[in-house]
Amino acid sequence: MTNHWVDFKNTDIFLIMGSNPAANHPISFKWIMEAVEKRGAKIICVDPRFTQSAARADLYAPIRSGTDIAFLGGMIKYIIDNKLYFSEYVKHYTNASFLVNPALKLPGQNNGVFSGLKDGKYEKDTWSYQTDAEGVVKKDPTLSDPNCVFQLLKKHYSRYTPELVSRITGTPQEKLIEVYKLYASTGKPNKAGVELYAMGWTQHTVGVQNIRTMAIIQLLLGNMGIAGGGVAAMRGESNVQGSTDQGLLFHIWPGYLGAPTASMKTLAEFNDKRTPKTKEAKALNWWKNFPKYSASFLRSMYGANATIEEAYQLMPKLDDGGNYSWLMIFDQMYKEKFTGFFAWGMNPACSGAHSNKVRQGLGKLDWLVNVNLFDNETCSFWRGPGMDPEKIKTEVFMLPCAASIEKEGSIANSGRVQQWRYKAINPPGEAKPDGDIMSEMLFRIKALYAKHGGPLSQAIAKLTWPYGKKKGDEFHYDPRLVARELNGVFLEEKTLENPTKKGEFKTFKKGDVVPTFAWLQDDGSTSSGCWIYCGSVSDKNILGMRRGQADATGLGLYPEWAWAWPVNRRILYNGASVDPEGKPWDPSRAVIKWDGEKWTGDVPDGAGNPGSGRPPFIMKPDGVASLYGPGLADGPFPEHYEPLECPVEKNLMSPQKNNPTIKRFDKPGIGSDLDVYSGVDSCDPRFPFVGTTYRVSEHWQTGVLTRWCPWLAEMQPGMFVEMSEELAKQRGIKNGDKCVVSSARGEVECAAIVTPRFKPVVVDGNDIHQVGFPWHYGWITTKDRKYDKSDKKAEVFTFGDSANLLTPTIGDPNTMIPESKTFMVNVVKKGVK
Amino acid sequence: MNVSRRGFLKISGAVAAVSGLGISLKPITAHAKELKIKYAEETTTICPYCSLGCSIIVSARDGKVINTEGDPDSPINRGALCSKGGSIYQMVNNENRLGKPLYRAPFAKEWKEVEWDWALDKIAENVKKSRDASFKKTNAKGELVNRCEGIASVGSAAMDLEECFTYQKFLRGLGLVYIEHQARI
Repeated sequence: MTNHWVDFKNTDIFLIMGSNPAANHPISFKWIMEAVEKRGAKIICVDPRFTQSAARADLYAPIRSGTDIAFLGGMIKYIIDNKLYFSEYVKHYTNASFLVNPALKLPGQNNGVFSGLKDGKYEKDTWSYQTDAEGVVKKDPTLSDPNCVFQLLKKHYSRYTPELVSRITGTPQEKLIEVYKLYASTGKPNKAGVELYAMGWTQHTVGVQNIRTMAIIQLLLGNMGIAGGGVAAMRGESNVQGSTDQGLLFHIWPGYLGAPTASMKTLAEFNDKRTPKTKEAKALNWWKNFPKYSASFLRSMYGANATIEEAYQLMPKLDDGGNYSWLMIFDQMYKEKFTGFFAWGMNPACSGAHSNKVRQGLGKLDWLVNVNLFDNETCSFWRGPGMDPEKIKTEVFMLPCAASIEKEGSIANSGRVQQWRYKAINPPGEAKPDGDIMSEMLFRIKALYAKHGGPLSQAIAKLTWPYGKKKGDEFHYDPRLVARELNGVFLEEKTLENPTKKGEFKTFKKGDVVPTFAWLQDDGSTSSGCWIYCGSVSDKNILGMRRGQADATGLGLYPEWAWAWPVNRRILYNGASVDPEGKPWDPSRAVIKWDGEKWTGDVPDGAGNPGSGRPPFIMKPDGVASLYGPGLADGPFPEHYEPLECPVEKNLMSPQKNNPTIKRFDKPGIGSDLDVYSGVDSCDPRFPFVGTTYRVSEHWQTGVLTRWCPWLAEMQPGMFVEMSEELAKQRGIKNGDKCVVSSARGEVECAAIVTPRFKPVVVDGNDIHQVGFPWHYGWITTKDRKYDKSDKKAEVFTFGDSANLLTPTIGDPNTMIPESKTFMVNVVKKGVK
Repeated sequence: MNVSRRGFLKISGAVAAVSGLGISLKPITAHAKELKIKYAEETTTICPYCSLGCSIIVSARDGKVINTEGDPDSPINRGALCSKGGSIYQMVNNENRLGKPLYRAPFAKEWKEVEWDWALDKIAENVKKSRDASFKKTNAKGELVNRCEGIASVGSAAMDLEECFTYQKFLRGLGLVYIEHQARI
């Protein structure tokens, strides 16, 4: 989230689209309703289903799943046509004035694709900016040049008329206009609008562009950086913000440092390629500090055991253009490319798209290690439905771990607030904290390499691990020591000029904590595991433990409650909440204020001294936010494409039906025999309905924890399929009937929930039915499976298996997040063919 | 009136102050609550489920959690919890939790309980064997890559921040590149 949960109280208009916070982030509604009650805020909800959030909304609009860009593209057109944008903000704080290469072709003039498409990939030469002799981007501050970003934006979305958008989305035209009008009312300096999304936007083959479309709207309306504004990416797990911050993804090191590829032969080359450059004289370009963060990270890996250059050489490198993401892992696993696999604190047999492929893949391993609290469908995959254990070679280790209140450590919420958790009791039996388990594992691996050697054994031997002590036979991992390493320390005595006060010098001793990341060094004299967490630990304490209640601004920033990255800033981009002279756009909700000498309020972000002319989006090389985004794989502006599996013959927007840059797993040489789709080239009568997945309040993710908690299992006991009264009638299904939902990849038994919450949407004159089901279930907690004598039995059984048995192996071209929110299914009453 | 819940419990004689707290404990309920958690050790935790970060007060006595409730001092949830957060009591008081490592040998039909030492030694041997067999010093182009291609990892946002950092250190130290977790799905 750019802002944070409490900040919802400052909002005037909520747009809930791509999420259902009332059910999935229930306590967020405490602040949403406070805004409704105290400010008279209005809630808009756009969703294929009339959700719990819709039930609280002032305005609900139905939509066909997977058509959000069409819906929002229409809003961009409405905002521009009716001049409802915040023109000063757009002019000063975005790239609206930048002039683009006149050779760029937009999809409207190029058969639905941007210029440069070749073999499913874009060559981006024509997406570039016009530059002068010094390489500075040419601009037109009047925003009237036909090649300036603003005019291109206007031209691109001129095709998104209410008539056409309505035919695509199934949203009635008058509803579209109502939504556009209400949300566009936040384009005034004294109005704030926020968008709330979750997996409803990411799990699409146009996932990134869904969010880009909204970012464009928020920039047009001047909603970024202000109190009550922003884009709220509501993360699905308590620490998925933190785990991403810590680089548990193939493409990033901790702190969002792009991982090195094979062509970057030295640390200098790596730094050079990863450090963005700018010719804008007044832009701060914060990422110019990349080499300080990479050096400090390498020190946290290898300390004094290697120079930073040696440490860089020891680190694994990706192939240039290589993809090692989730869908690829299970594809490679199914093709027997791995012998070993860790599923640590995860249950991919239920959470992975196309779960059947995942489950088959697990059987092709030599060994599998699963760490979890309870028995689950992943560690026990070899005895699941359709499996014959006598034919499965995989050796499996199930290691029991401590729950969150049986150990200590911190997690980061969606608002980037790092909060400490304390240990209340010991874990049950011999279960151990994850930190202890991985430490013990590493020591044993180190010992084997010390004894027998092996390829690049120094990469393991030299790895530092100063995170605890041995007590008797056991090592106890101390997260407080790790917290200090994440923050960073000086490795040698160093006298440095204060980066924020010229002429003031400070001397640090070896072992002193680094005060903030502005003090980190590129010469190896500092160590910091994750630069964005630099500042989270002081000489005296871990700031995530703080419980202060002060709220000087009254905006709910609570700067002394725990700690937020970066540098305890609670609202990102807040430099854009003031005008170029430093005056808050909205004095009644001033996030930062200039008191004549310094900024007060939140920790300022990108705000130079008033009148300095520094553009505030300092994480962008040019200092301005991107209406035009040439960095993405699938286009500098979002364009509507149909989901891969969809209920329509063609894309009404253009001749290009699907996102042209997606990687299809049903093509020769990619994917496997299990990767089949339906309804791609033409409608497939076997699977006539749009299927979508969602969650309920009482369960969490695959239910790997919550299905074992009797209160929760009792409240939401099993798999269901929610459908409209119209569809139920057509299929002869009554509320509560056992049904079978199937897709090209599998089937799941569900109880029918027949409700008016789903209504058929009229898409280009045709009734389209959409059905939805939760993905929390799995066979391990069901009653009818085979139980061995030592097996644990849930106190309250659930029924049904994972909805991911239905979902396809297909992902967004930028992120490879699977398209689990839109795919084609059939629903029949059980026993009916 | 600005009184934290702890402060309130200390001055619980002054139950009239309750209305100023924004919570509606009637004096009798407050008294009963106090009895229930008397002699208990209180710690705070953050809910392990969604990403709000709701604070929870955990009361433990004799090594057992006897009560969990929303923490009114947290500006994020001000004492409120949803159905999941309200049920974490059952995550720790749950007979189905696993307390011993389990092992399933190739082609075996059942789990077997094993000792940690044995399991960890065997895992370490497996890791070494897989790593040694699949370690690539260079790629097809002959560029230095120093990576282990035969092992993959998924997980985990269910760990603490500190554990996430050390886990990536563990994996990248071994040379893994197939490193993914919940954020991708």
